[in-house]
Amino acid sequence: MSDKQIDDVSGMETTGHEWDGIRELNSPLPRWWLWTYYATIIWAVAYWIAMPAWPLLSDYTRGLLGHSQRAQLSNQIAAVKAGQADLIARTAKASLTEIQADPELLEFALAGGRSAFAVNCSQCHGSGASGGKGYPNLNDDDWLWGGTVAQIHASIQYGIRADHDETRFNEMPAFGRDEILNPQQVDAVADYVMALSQNPGLADSLPGKPLFNDQCVACHGVGGKGDKELGAPNLSDAIWLHEGGKPVVVDIITNSRSGVMPAWVGRLDQVAIKQLAVYVHSLGGGK
Amino acid sequence: MHILSVLLLALGAVATLSLALQASDGVMSFHAGLMGLFFIAGIALLHRRRRNWAGGEGYEDGIIRAGAIASTFWGVVGFLVGLVIALQLAFPVLNFDLPWTNFGRLRPLHTSAVVFAFGGNVLMMTSFHVVQRTCQARLAGGWAPWFVFWGYQLFIVMAATGYVLGVTQSKEYAEPEWYVDLWLTLVWVVYLLVFLGTLWKRREPHIYVANWFYLAFIVTVAMLHIINNLAVPVSWTGTRSYVVWAGVQDALTQWWYGHNAVGFFLTAGFLAIMYYYVPKRAERPIYSYRLSIVHFWSLIFLYIWAGPHHLHYTALPEWSQTLGMTFSIMLWMPSWGGMVNGLMTLSGAWDKLRTDPVLRMMVVSLAFYGMSTFEGPLMAIKEVNALSHYTDWTIGHVHSGALGWVAFVSFGALYHIVPIMWGRQRLYSMVLVNVHFWIATLGIVLYITAMWVSGILQGLMWRAYDHLGFLEYSFVETVAAMHPFYVIRALGGLLFVIGSLIMAYNLWRTMRGDLRIEAAPAGTTASTVAVGAAS
Repeated sequence: MSDKQIDDVSGMETTGHEWDGIRELNSPLPRWWLWTYYATIIWAVAYWIAMPAWPLLSDYTRGLLGHSQRAQLSNQIAAVKAGQADLIARTAKASLTEIQADPELLEFALAGGRSAFAVNCSQCHGSGASGGKGYPNLNDDDWLWGGTVAQIHASIQYGIRADHDETRFNEMPAFGRDEILNPQQVDAVADYVMALSQNPGLADSLPGKPLFNDQCVACHGVGGKGDKELGAPNLSDAIWLHEGGKPVVVDIITNSRSGVMPAWVGRLDQVAIKQLAVYVHSLGGGK
Repeated sequence: MHILSVLLLALGAVATLSLALQASDGVMSFHAGLMGLFFIAGIALLHRRRRNWAGGEGYEDGIIRAGAIASTFWGVVGFLVGLVIALQLAFPVLNFDLPWTNFGRLRPLHTSAVVFAFGGNVLMMTSFHVVQRTCQARLAGGWAPWFVFWGYQLFIVMAATGYVLGVTQSKEYAEPEWYVDLWLTLVWVVYLLVFLGTLWKRREPHIYVANWFYLAFIVTVAMLHIINNLAVPVSWTGTRSYVVWAGVQDALTQWWYGHNAVGFFLTAGFLAIMYYYVPKRAERPIYSYRLSIVHFWSLIFLYIWAGPHHLHYTALPEWSQTLGMTFSIMLWMPSWGGMVNGLMTLSGAWDKLRTDPVLRMMVVSLAFYGMSTFEGPLMAIKEVNALSHYTDWTIGHVHSGALGWVAFVSFGALYHIVPIMWGRQRLYSMVLVNVHFWIATLGIVLYITAMWVSGILQGLMWRAYDHLGFLEYSFVETVAAMHPFYVIRALGGLLFVIGSLIMAYNLWRTMRGDLRIEAAPAGTTASTVAVGAAS
């Protein structure tokens, strides 16, 4: 059924076949297409000769350049480490205050701390360290466990209520759930606590005050000023770890609440932890 | 023969319904029940159509009509789910904190819906159309093609409902569990037999190039599907299974599958569509028979090696990465061979682009095909991949191929087929095709450019170090930087969805036999308007 025709438009002969009205021209391969195809093949063969390429029985062709991805990576890491080696050694020896006093170590600590913070801490405290509901803001000067660089260092090392012998630990009673206070009393204490920051003049006259003095001052202090030794929050400022106003305060007095931060000793090396402490201290609220 | 068919289906019904009663988990029970209903409905259908299937004359066109409806339906569904997950990435609150609406479950729903439900139905529909027309033979196998069609729809429904209900084997683009895989294997083997049987019956001396591509697509997908999904079920009555591959072997098998799903499903299959519908629509001979042979065999031979480029800089041995990369580079011209052959087929018919938006859609699809098959080898180069891998650039690359090439050539084929299959003089409205073309093109451009910028930005942020050797950005900062681009991407997706709805409306009115009174565009000749009626 060969029926070769000459196509009017291209002047090219058809192959003589036809399927449902479709014919095919017998055009040669476009030159540019063919030569580019050859060029890619030649390039590929050259690449095989130069680089690791073909599997053998128990090895592979290593290539003339002797390139190795793993070696390339370990060299890059080694180069960065070598560049940092001196500063790391000095940071390891220096105390926190010595680091803060030495401009070179301080710059290194702030850069390293910022990076370690971005990778390890930003998930809870936010990439700008501004915290969130239940996660403390590290930019302000309100500290639960103290804001000196040494106190911050201890918090990072051992964590809060973490799985470590030296972790910072406290536990507020669940006054409502354990029936230490009845719901009316809880409500009264909550009114008093809210007034401490919103309307201090009114606070003294509220019925919740004696209850607060009986049950809460041991940790939160007179007037709810807090105690950093115990990790008891200051209730008289406008900063709330668990936002939400009185309903949340009622819930916390009733059920208690205790956040957890992991102990970073063992997870991060001592240099990184020092750098983190210096970095967090520098964020604006360091004491 | 009829009795045997009924018996076979009845056996299937009994087996699956008893499995539904015995199943050790709810989803298995549900899916086995669906299969049971499928077999019972099959018996009823077989009984009603026995005369038609026993000795049908002429072409089997009913299945092509069914395929056109299914393709359009699944296309709109798949695009819509894509829009939803694009919005979820921009606005995470849209996950609604529910397991069924979570991005993790909807994402495979989107990919499977567009690739397998939309793309797969388009491929089956067009292959059944093309193989009959170019072989001058009715589809082989009596009711077997209908088993393929409905069996494939059942596969889609089981896969999709499984995802939403949390059933997955966690292999990308191969998420369905072992029993759904087995079902698809059965359907696919029957599909292969129907296709081969029709080729066998052909009244033409030679096999047309489109059919080579269809056959390569069907055979290779069968091989990929079976090997990638080899798994051991935990129990014959439960959904869970464990894949036999492990570690880096699993990763390589996965990407050998994943890359060739792109190569043989989304490239070879859709090149087959191009090879029939472009010359048909342009009314021009194929540019070069020789080019079609050389680029076909090159494509088939080279594509299968390229998978390792998905695993650059991983535990995969470096030599394997080298092979993946170099074969991807060598694949560039074989891929472009299809574009060259398609575009050059238009020589002498370029004027039709002004008057025929359907042909314009096909031509633009070839341009996108050329662009993404250049971008692909580029991204396969290790050093480029070091920047692009894991970023949105990859997503943009996939979508320039998927929206620009696969979807556009499918839309072209649908616009071409529907008036012919329903015996209409022409489409309901060419103006609406034109609107669809422009709105969808704009959507694609927004999508790809947003993903280019976001992907490169993301890659640069990930690798940024300060002068002291510390990482510059936290991961969440790179996520936050993506937000505006995710919004633009969702906007592009919205335009694409709107375009597909316009198409669905246009096709539906065409099926009903409506004709919108429209002034013929300047330069239109009778032959371009009536091109649909020509065959």
